[in-house]
Amino acid sequence: MTAVAPAPALVFPEWHDQPLDSVLYRCRELVEDADFPTVRRWRAGGGKVVGHFQVYFPEEIAHAGGLLPFKVRGAPIEPTQAESRFGSYLCSIIKTSLELALSKRVEMEAFVTHPICDAARNLAGVWGRNVSYPCRILYLPQNPNSAFASRYLRDEYDRMRQVCQDIAGRPITDDDLRRSIAVFNENRALLRRLYALRRERPWLVPADEAYVLVALAGILPREEHNALLQTALPLLERRRTPRQDKIRVIVEGGFCEQPPLDLLRAIARSCYVVDDDFLIGLRWIVDDVPADGDPLLALAESYIERSAHSPVQHDLRKPKERMLLERIESSGAQAAILMAAKMCEPGLEELVVHTRALDQRGIRYFVSEFEENMSSFDQLEIQLETFVENLLFD
Amino acid sequence: MDQSTPAATIVGRGSETGARLFREWFQGLTAAADEGRGAAYVFVMGSLCELLRVFDFPIVFPEINSLQTAVRRVAHEYLNEAENYGYSTDICGYVKADVAVQLRDGAHPMGRIPKPALAVCTNACNTYIKWGEIWERMYGMPLFTLDVPGSRGAGLASAPGSDDFERDRRYVEAQLVELITVCERVSGKRFDIDRLREHMGHANTLGAGWQRVLELNRSRPAVFNALSDGTIFLGVANGFRGTAQGAAFFTDLVEEMTYKAEHGIGTPIDEKWRLIFVGVPCYPIFRRFSELFSDWGGVFVNSTYLRFASGGANLGFAYDLARPIASLAEGVLLGVRNAMDSMFFQTQALVDMIDGQAADGVVFHPIKSCRTVSTGLADTRRALMAVRDVPSLFIESDLMDRRVVSEAQMKNRIDAFFEGLASRRQQVAEASA
Repeated sequence: MTAVAPAPALVFPEWHDQPLDSVLYRCRELVEDADFPTVRRWRAGGGKVVGHFQVYFPEEIAHAGGLLPFKVRGAPIEPTQAESRFGSYLCSIIKTSLELALSKRVEMEAFVTHPICDAARNLAGVWGRNVSYPCRILYLPQNPNSAFASRYLRDEYDRMRQVCQDIAGRPITDDDLRRSIAVFNENRALLRRLYALRRERPWLVPADEAYVLVALAGILPREEHNALLQTALPLLERRRTPRQDKIRVIVEGGFCEQPPLDLLRAIARSCYVVDDDFLIGLRWIVDDVPADGDPLLALAESYIERSAHSPVQHDLRKPKERMLLERIESSGAQAAILMAAKMCEPGLEELVVHTRALDQRGIRYFVSEFEENMSSFDQLEIQLETFVENLLFD
Repeated sequence: MDQSTPAATIVGRGSETGARLFREWFQGLTAAADEGRGAAYVFVMGSLCELLRVFDFPIVFPEINSLQTAVRRVAHEYLNEAENYGYSTDICGYVKADVAVQLRDGAHPMGRIPKPALAVCTNACNTYIKWGEIWERMYGMPLFTLDVPGSRGAGLASAPGSDDFERDRRYVEAQLVELITVCERVSGKRFDIDRLREHMGHANTLGAGWQRVLELNRSRPAVFNALSDGTIFLGVANGFRGTAQGAAFFTDLVEEMTYKAEHGIGTPIDEKWRLIFVGVPCYPIFRRFSELFSDWGGVFVNSTYLRFASGGANLGFAYDLARPIASLAEGVLLGVRNAMDSMFFQTQALVDMIDGQAADGVVFHPIKSCRTVSTGLADTRRALMAVRDVPSLFIESDLMDRRVVSEAQMKNRIDAFFEGLASRRQQVAEASA
């Protein structure tokens, strides 16, 4: 093992001492920057990076080793090199994520993927044939209802600890993990506060602004993200934005491939988004992870017992239609915007389930497909405005 | 052929018997549906037939039902019906054909499919799980997901006996015990471990036979075509796993293929090119698809399909009947993991096929419906071409949807591929002359 370099200084200092609008502007610029400058700064300071594909990854394990867990979620770029590695009929995120690696926009010491869907489960093989660093599959349990699942997952996390130790060049102790869990517990609490604000006073946090504040968690050291949220949240809560006559909606379909920010802006122009599943993996664990006992077991049990839902996890306790209706009810939404990324099989399958469930309840919904690289929103915005007007004047 | 000679009684027996068994199987399913018996719905990668037969469930393979609609050229009717119901054109055709079968109360070109009393799916394909959720919603019956951890990276399959393997095996075993409880509840029958041993014994015979049959295709000429004949054998390997009929079929098939190998009997065509098939066949024009290659003297001597779609039965794993549950867990783990490796980390397996079976070319056939199989094929081709100087062909279509099957375009590409093979052979001959 070689010794890991000291952690770099701040990788995103630009927002400090800025007014709220400037903070949000800089956050937006950073989220849309497909060169991922914060990751580059981290590496320039001697830091090492573990890339992890959507949806969920126990980032605490990498963090405990002094590594930067980088959320691989595609990018609005042309997959010029990656295209030749794949066949047709695939979603965009699969290709643009690999493009980040092949183009060396993002360099990392390891890549971890999860069998979330039939396409993504191929990623470890494809990446492994094209890069020199370790590419691993983390088999999160697909039978979380088994009494043995937590134990299995704890051991799987221990395997991931070994991978991270090898990169960090030092052991990752249980105390290291507990310290990281504390950092991430704080982050989870801050994200819950952000979402509570959206539910209670959505006019203070439009969908696109909330999104960038969450998305930064995937490209910043979590301590920096915590500091950012600790500053931004009180400013948002004190914001003097007047309430408008917009309908309250939830948006579903952003669990993996991410919609472009302009699409979210278009939605925000006519709706208050009071809940969504964007980057749900960053908010997967819905409560604090216990700090006592075996930290890996605590993480494993939290994944199974204290967690959100997504189309790519099968849990008998979380039937998809019921979870959708609960999200609508708990957020006080009047309607739903149901989206699926183009060629995303789980998302497209979920549309059938969701639309039927909403039909049965008489809840109005708007359906659309999207792609991370789409650049024209005019037609969609007109359709959405028509949908909203129908609701308002119904 | 003189009907009294061994050649007349043995050669071709496998294909004929396989077709008959299939008809009988569907007759049995129709009878079960008519009697209102609930079936166990399973998938080819990790079917657990050995265990489910203990509880006398009629076994339904929805993947096989769906492909039969394509082979019988009516898949489009089923796909249209599911798409009208709301399923996107970009969703797996197997799923959609089955949705239509369910909407038609089990009506199928080969008979009638009983409704599920239970569904068991592994995680070998994510669509299995989403598919199972559809039945769960339609019928409210239990869906059991058997989670089988695969290799964590290329070449990282844990070895039996290692700590890593044992951890995974224990996880699978714990789930099997939980599944037994579900089966007892659903069937109303108590678990009988001796019956499990009996079915596992049959599976052992079948697995050993399947492995041997694949080995025998190293013969020159090949004793069967992995694309056409192989699909029939594969169907029996799945549908009759754990039965005396399945065991007998493969015992006989080994005899037939051994006889052919010993007597230099190949497939009905004059074998000019030995090919490897990677992907899933084009069922909407199955016969024609096969002819596009055989017309040039191309014979598929092996395929990844015969590995992953048999759930890893190609390993010939023999259960230890003295400790059935533990051994079943080990066999399922190894088999399903091998099936997954045959899709995600298949480069070395392809190298072994090329070297071991003197292949002249490799045909990659990714399909729209199945991203599990198809996502990595272009990259696998690149990796394979880097380590073996063997010509390859990359053609895309589908296993169900004739809207994305362009026969003329396919023929052009295949013809050009064979012309390239011939030119290459000629150049080699001239260079060595």
